Amino acid sequence: MKTFCSVWLLLSLVELSPAPPASQEPPLACTGAPDPAPPQPETAEDMASTGDLEPTHYPARRAAQVALHYLNTHHGSPFRVFGLQQVHKASAEDVGAGGRKYKLDFSVTDWGSGSAGPALRCSADVLFPRTERHSAPEVQLHCEALHQINSTAQEDDAFYQKYISPDSAVSARDIPDSFGNMSEEMQPFWRLARVAASFIMLRESSENTEFNMAKVASVTQQESREEQLMLEFVVLLHDFPSQEIVQWKLLASWSPDRGVRVLQTEWQPRCPHATKPPN
Amino acid sequence: MKGLLVLTALCVAVFGKKTFEGNQVLQITAKDEAQISLLKELSEQEHLELDFWREPIHESLPVDVHVPFHSLQDVRAFLGNNQIQYDVMIMDVQVLLDDEEREMVKYRSSPKSTDDFVYTAYHNLSEINSFINMLVAENRKLVSKIVIGRSYKKRPLNVLKFSTGANRPGIWIDTGIHSREWVTQASGTWFAKKIVKDYKRDPVLTDILNNYDIFLEIVTNPDGFAFTHSKNRMWRKTRKPNPGSKCVGVDPNRNWDAGFGGAGSSGNPCSETYRGPRANSESEVKAIVDFVKSHGKLKAYVSIHSYSQMLLYPYGYTHTPAKDDAELNELAEKAVSSLQSLYNTRYRYGSIINTIYQASGGTIDWTYNQGIKYSYTFELRDTGTYGFLLPADQIVPTAEETWLALMTIMKHTRKNPY
Repeated sequence: MKTFCSVWLLLSLVELSPAPPASQEPPLACTGAPDPAPPQPETAEDMASTGDLEPTHYPARRAAQVALHYLNTHHGSPFRVFGLQQVHKASAEDVGAGGRKYKLDFSVTDWGSGSAGPALRCSADVLFPRTERHSAPEVQLHCEALHQINSTAQEDDAFYQKYISPDSAVSARDIPDSFGNMSEEMQPFWRLARVAASFIMLRESSENTEFNMAKVASVTQQESREEQLMLEFVVLLHDFPSQEIVQWKLLASWSPDRGVRVLQTEWQPRCPHATKPPN
Repeated sequence: MKGLLVLTALCVAVFGKKTFEGNQVLQITAKDEAQISLLKELSEQEHLELDFWREPIHESLPVDVHVPFHSLQDVRAFLGNNQIQYDVMIMDVQVLLDDEEREMVKYRSSPKSTDDFVYTAYHNLSEINSFINMLVAENRKLVSKIVIGRSYKKRPLNVLKFSTGANRPGIWIDTGIHSREWVTQASGTWFAKKIVKDYKRDPVLTDILNNYDIFLEIVTNPDGFAFTHSKNRMWRKTRKPNPGSKCVGVDPNRNWDAGFGGAGSSGNPCSETYRGPRANSESEVKAIVDFVKSHGKLKAYVSIHSYSQMLLYPYGYTHTPAKDDAELNELAEKAVSSLQSLYNTRYRYGSIINTIYQASGGTIDWTYNQGIKYSYTFELRDTGTYGFLLPADQIVPTAEETWLALMTIMKHTRKNPY
């Protein structure tokens, strides 16, 4: 039966849709990182960006995205990543020492359940300091019913047990590939990368950025340490306002108990002449 | 026919979801007969499901074994504990198989008609150009192809014209001006087919086409698009070199003559939002500018991007609201609402500068200033989960819902001539 089926399936191969491609090589041409963005001029929008904010406009959305990165660093896992669903209310005020604080009321959903899934209501204060050199925003966040959402403990444990073994040596590139394909096997690694990348995105954020993770260029498992899964990721981040793709290498640990920790990060400029990250 | 289907279903069941993901092929070098014996013992472990491509025979001959993912740990442990040397010949068998299938696909016969064309997959430039030619050949009375110019690398800039009569006002749609936004070109091919399918079947579209021409440029940046397939999936700009710089390309959506050079674009050739040395420096942009000016009667202009699920209207370069801001806003709300009605996909809408960011030299700011009142930009799915790398199974749902919004805009244009 099996031989017959192999023949049959071979014959019907012509009916199958095109297979996913091989991984892309890194860009051959040096594209370079742009000069650091000049400080944004004070526009009418800036002046208006205090008091109540339009929730669908970008100032509120950028601040909410920062709160989202913060949420993922604390509660993300191989089986849970949150995405922004909607900003309900937002306001901003200038605070002493030249910073701006945003107050936000927004909803998030778990990527796993898609935008149709249950939404979690959150409120956050996001403070963007206005200092000479960039410093990370400060976030205070509270989400309702965070502990009531379905636990992923079982999947977390199974995943942990599978890969904590000393002989485990996961290594993969291009997640997802050019066509958006990703194997089921790789999904938890993709989510872990997103959570780890959230540490970087949070740290690098300002009122002039809006980061997402574009893709995982590579994941290479390192030797486990202190019962933590050790993963080296190279991730591509996409910043909306500048439209730049920024490459970072990072080393992260994870276990069901300790969650994700990021141990090392390294910006990987694509041109030798660029000296520091866009921020 | 039914029998064949049953048989296929049976075979699928028998095989289940066979994949070779994570499987590796190891090349083992035994150093003495003792190690060969050990390897022979290993080969007898049925539960490991090892597949020897070269059996263990003698220590002078390499041993190649295909190891399923679930046995990798055990096999490596075994080899490690017994100090048997090995190399990984194939890191992931599935990747190799996928490469191979891709090669096979290239030699398969291409779709013979636009009914054959696979809308649920991403295609390359030559496949889309073949599609365009087929569509025209199948619908000569309704569809024609116009070449409005050439890209930097001299590729033709193909525009499909859907027309049922002469001297009509027109509606323009373009996709793929930023080459990495693959769901847009893919949606463009779907829109093209949708128009020919619905003409004379859908009363609203038929009425529109009986009064307006529709122009559709599917691959607005062909050089960039080819580059996303061959070298860099994340390429956005054109592929024109910049003199004196190592960096290539100009952002075609900062190259238009509307607020050109202002804040919201970059003067640095290495930047993704580099505006270019002057407005319309890019042939891809100049071709459309020339077309729009010489046509003189376009009444709606829609430029399609991804991602972030937004419907935007002018301006991007200034905070001054457009003269028709109220009407554009109301129409956007209606369009977004029809879009959402299909799969509950949520869109935000508003002027570019408020909703997304300040951007100067943008397409629809220029077209609006030319007097094309209904100038809109879409940002299609998703909101950042996959971003540019949207899985192919979302192409058709995205195109379907976007089409509803486009129909709303086109219908309004038809009902509000100016």
